[in-house]
Amino acid sequence: MRSPIRTADPLVRNVLALCAAGFVVGLSFGAIAAAAHFPLSQAVGMSVLIYAGGAQFLAVGLTTAGAGTVAIVLAGLLLNARHLPFGLAIGDVLSTGPLAQRLLGTHVMTDESVAFALAEQDPAARRRAYWITGLSLFVTWNVAVVVGAVAGSALGNPDTFGVDAAFPAGLLALVMPSLRRRPAARVAVAGAALALVTTPLLPAGLPVLTALLGLLFAIGVPAEPAEPTAATA
Amino acid sequence: MSWVGIAVLAVGTYGFRLAGPLLRKRLHLSDTLKRYLELAAVALLAALITTAALVEGHSFAGWARPAGVLVGAVLAWRRLPFVVVVVTAAAVAAALRLLGVS
Repeated sequence: MRSPIRTADPLVRNVLALCAAGFVVGLSFGAIAAAAHFPLSQAVGMSVLIYAGGAQFLAVGLTTAGAGTVAIVLAGLLLNARHLPFGLAIGDVLSTGPLAQRLLGTHVMTDESVAFALAEQDPAARRRAYWITGLSLFVTWNVAVVVGAVAGSALGNPDTFGVDAAFPAGLLALVMPSLRRRPAARVAVAGAALALVTTPLLPAGLPVLTALLGLLFAIGVPAEPAEPTAATA
Repeated sequence: MSWVGIAVLAVGTYGFRLAGPLLRKRLHLSDTLKRYLELAAVALLAALITTAALVEGHSFAGWARPAGVLVGAVLAWRRLPFVVVVVTAAAVAAALRLLGVS
């Protein structure tokens, strides 16, 4: 049986590359959570139960900034609300099989597993892409978080390794494709500016949420074309 | 963060994930709402990225961190691989700190 790495199947190759990146981000999350004095059980609990990198980083960031639990949960829910249209988009993938399998499959729904699924046309290929991506990432992420949290505390101050710069840079890399479109870029700049301006004025945690006011800059924006044009891609 | 918060966020997130497959035959999200949901996520992330890069608590985080993030941003804009972006950002910040930059 050929090794998966040598196989010509692009899906497996891409998922492996994706998991390598996911491992690094997971390591980073584990280390940052540990540095923020999250117990290992909570870092692992978040990663297994919430399993959403963006919201997890947001939660750690807001906790460090001193935000209350209600603010953190609301911000996390808003950030994760995109899983609703995701689920609508790939509903056919999760419409067959035993109930337990479908419920588990629902949990591994992420930007990546959805994107990989939607890249396929055939329903069977979609299901395969979704499950391979979803399960691989789930395992990778959680292993990485444990390693990062444990190694993180062993390594002492993560600042010496620049981990505190890795997190915003990593998030930025994930968000960059969205930022290449002008309406999103406008909202992002407005949101970032609002957050920065209100940082000295508002209690910890709230400045990030004021970014939602940046959505006002999206009102009146014409509907985007379905595909990015060459000029905006 | 409390375990109650983690549990609520976990249940809520799973609810979002489940709602689509569960309701897809009955629910239709308008394109406008989908767009706003996406933009809201982008706004939150942009705010978090920017404040995380520049601020520690209520004060400036020092120059090493935003310098690392800026280098990472340039690499991300140039479409370099994710791993390269993250490792380089960290390396730049670490190197600057080694040189005595705060």
